[in-house]
Amino acid sequence: MTAHDPKLSRRSLLAGAGALVIGLHLPRNAKAQSGAGAAYRPGGNASFAPNAFIRVAPDSTVTVLIKHIEFGQGPFTGLATLAAEEMDAAWSQMRAEHAPADVKLYANLAFGVQGTGGSTAIANSWEQMRKAGAAARMMLVQAAADAWKVPASEIKVEAGVISHASGRKGSFGEFAEAASKLSVPENPPLKPASAYKLIGKEGATKRLDSADKSRGKAQFTIDIHTPNMLTVVVARSPRFGGKVASFDAAEALKVKGVVDVKSIGYGVAVYANGMWPALKGREALKVTWDDSAAEKRGSPELIAEYRKLARQPGTVAGSHGDAEAALAKADKFIEAEFVFPYLAHAPMEPLDGYLEWDGQTAHARFGSQFQTTEHQTIAGILGLPPEKVRLETMLAGGSFGRRAQVSQHLAAELATVAKTIGPNRPVKVVWTREDDLTGGYYRPLFVHRFRGAVKDGKIAAWSSTLVGQSFFLGTPFEAMVVKNGIDSTSVEGASEIFYEVADFRCEVHNPKVGVPTLWWRSVGHTHTGYAVECFVDELLQAAGQDAVKGRLALMGDKHPRAAGVLKAVAELAGWKGPGPVDGRARGVAVVESFGSFVAQIAEVSMGPEGEPKVHKVWCAVDCGVAVNPDIIRAQVEGGIGFGLGHALYGQITLDGGRPVQTNFHEYRSLRIHEMPEVEVTIIASTEKPSGIGEPGVPPIGPAVANALAALGHGRPRQLPMQGGTV
Amino acid sequence: MVSLKVNGTTHTVDVDDDTPLLWAIRDNIGLTGTKFGCGVAQCGACTVFIDGQALRSCVTPVSAVGTSEITTIEGLAGKEADAVQAAWIARDVPQCGYCQSGQVMSAIALLKENKKPTDRDIDLAMNGNLCRCATYVRIRAAIHDAARALEI
Repeated sequence: MTAHDPKLSRRSLLAGAGALVIGLHLPRNAKAQSGAGAAYRPGGNASFAPNAFIRVAPDSTVTVLIKHIEFGQGPFTGLATLAAEEMDAAWSQMRAEHAPADVKLYANLAFGVQGTGGSTAIANSWEQMRKAGAAARMMLVQAAADAWKVPASEIKVEAGVISHASGRKGSFGEFAEAASKLSVPENPPLKPASAYKLIGKEGATKRLDSADKSRGKAQFTIDIHTPNMLTVVVARSPRFGGKVASFDAAEALKVKGVVDVKSIGYGVAVYANGMWPALKGREALKVTWDDSAAEKRGSPELIAEYRKLARQPGTVAGSHGDAEAALAKADKFIEAEFVFPYLAHAPMEPLDGYLEWDGQTAHARFGSQFQTTEHQTIAGILGLPPEKVRLETMLAGGSFGRRAQVSQHLAAELATVAKTIGPNRPVKVVWTREDDLTGGYYRPLFVHRFRGAVKDGKIAAWSSTLVGQSFFLGTPFEAMVVKNGIDSTSVEGASEIFYEVADFRCEVHNPKVGVPTLWWRSVGHTHTGYAVECFVDELLQAAGQDAVKGRLALMGDKHPRAAGVLKAVAELAGWKGPGPVDGRARGVAVVESFGSFVAQIAEVSMGPEGEPKVHKVWCAVDCGVAVNPDIIRAQVEGGIGFGLGHALYGQITLDGGRPVQTNFHEYRSLRIHEMPEVEVTIIASTEKPSGIGEPGVPPIGPAVANALAALGHGRPRQLPMQGGTV
Repeated sequence: MVSLKVNGTTHTVDVDDDTPLLWAIRDNIGLTGTKFGCGVAQCGACTVFIDGQALRSCVTPVSAVGTSEITTIEGLAGKEADAVQAAWIARDVPQCGYCQSGQVMSAIALLKENKKPTDRDIDLAMNGNLCRCATYVRIRAAIHDAARALEI
């Protein structure tokens, strides 16, 4: 049984361990192969594989195959927790590794294809992984019952020990082989929450990847090294949309270690024995670029154009009442324009990928975030049927959205680079930090124009116009995300708000710009969260209301979870208004994203050199059932640091179409001395779990801005704050 | 040909003199715990010990290393290393983990020089190591934990 592939039947399970993994579409072929990826076998030498997710080895280790990429957000630990809970396993026997690319077995149930994003890993796996664990437990129990000749109902399982009142005891490993010969239960019952021993229990689970990552043993794509492998760097156009007009590789080919130099259309690939020769070769390369179709506008030109657009009617993304009429007759009219720069994701491990290809089969290994489409892309470019291409997901050094590639550009580059040099030359493509920061796929630049009115101490009207690129319009994903001409990722968080305003309107423009853009940790909320939470704070201030009580009043009783986190954070921080007290002021913000609710209060002072200093952040989070409380806290701590660093310092600016910032000395990133103290409270909930990888990010920027307003500096209208209006 | 003494073993590698130590360690010697993050000494992911001092291997050419003893995360030994790595694991510091080799190296170097670092000392010693996951809260806590463990 598996959730999605009825073909993996009892019959194949009965055939024994060799056949147990047929459902993975791997070892049967692998055994016959000596070529690409013959050694790759997820789950190791398990003797019990009741479904696509669980592997029990004779030594009782339980390996959970994780369909989501692990890049820090915790699915290895989280999904293993769900399975271990229902197996009644001891946490110490749990292991995790990536599942291979196989859409039939490992689709994200929220997407229909295998992929990670939108903070969905736990949410879509909640039932699936618990059922996988419950089925495994039932089979192990039955195997023990058969061996001991006692009813299965009399058998207990606790912390990985199977036991019977008669005194008999056994481990999972002892019964793994016998269990593998049993039929798989179709619909195993799940525990009530009251019986949980791991889910939601403080200290019951630890990250499964901490030890390797603390000892330098975790294997990332960049660490792959195989005999005969070539390291490849690509010279790309300095402007987006440029292509190679001509190139002279003579000097590059003289560099010791450079093996070949080839055009791949939009760039020139340098193939070398190692990274340093590849980089020296690229440095020595002379390329003339054809810029005729390239984007040549810079950030100042784009901002000016967007400002004009923000004053023209756009596509209506949300509307009730008559905002224009209400604005016209208001007591107090407030207008605010917010400018958000392009942002790079800059994961610590820049993009990279490894591919072996012998002309007949291929094995790709990289931090694939959209396995199904990347698998298809690689197969398509290499001209191979998909079943001849294996995709192995590697641990990745962060993503923040960068690896969730709508365009599949890394997978395409990997396959193209391999195909161009020819078969039997394994390639490892590596992007440098400069390639990363100047390579596009940014969080889009946005301009928001907000207008609001206050009447009789209340917010009477609210109108916003958002201008920025859509990274979905015109792509194959358009049908999934774009409805009635509205790309929800552009307007989420702004087209509907918690706050009851009688006359409300939100419009959007998605201009065409030749700069590749992409979602960035928390997507539309990266800018809408800032604008909405700054603006409501400003209107409440104008109406003479407290930032917390005023928000709660506007929520009424329609948003209990948002109100819940807001009340909880106010209590945690001992909120008594924004201050300032002794030079420190506090600001608050609350944002819902990906089904989770997060409220934050930031305590801020202004440094002597005009840089905001954030001392402490209090945070309340409601993400439904808190599967791993400590990972939730970690994601919120990290989300706050990530959001704060970019709000304070982050920007990619374009000069005549060329990105200005090339490395971390220019793309300033939050450092340890800039990290505030963080205190997190998790709201107890029985709701289904929702996301936590992203929701910690949006509130921090506006919370800091609202504190700055209380310090008398105003809410920054242009990000980043450093160098902006602060 | 360049001779490098890494983790107590002398390796002869066939690279140009200007090759950064980082790439010789990773590509030629095959020790991949030391990471590439920026190439310009801005992120600290490539931190190694050269004669006991924490340095950025991405901007250190092999020609400058001479007979110095290089220690990478794979070659760590000693009570500070044990305490730091135990604290890192106990606190579940890593998220993506990519920068953590460098963080661990810098933390060990700090504790070798300063048995009881203050928050300010930690800021000064660790602010050359970027973590894009922003695990800084736990890095700080784990360093304090390790310092306490070393007192015993």
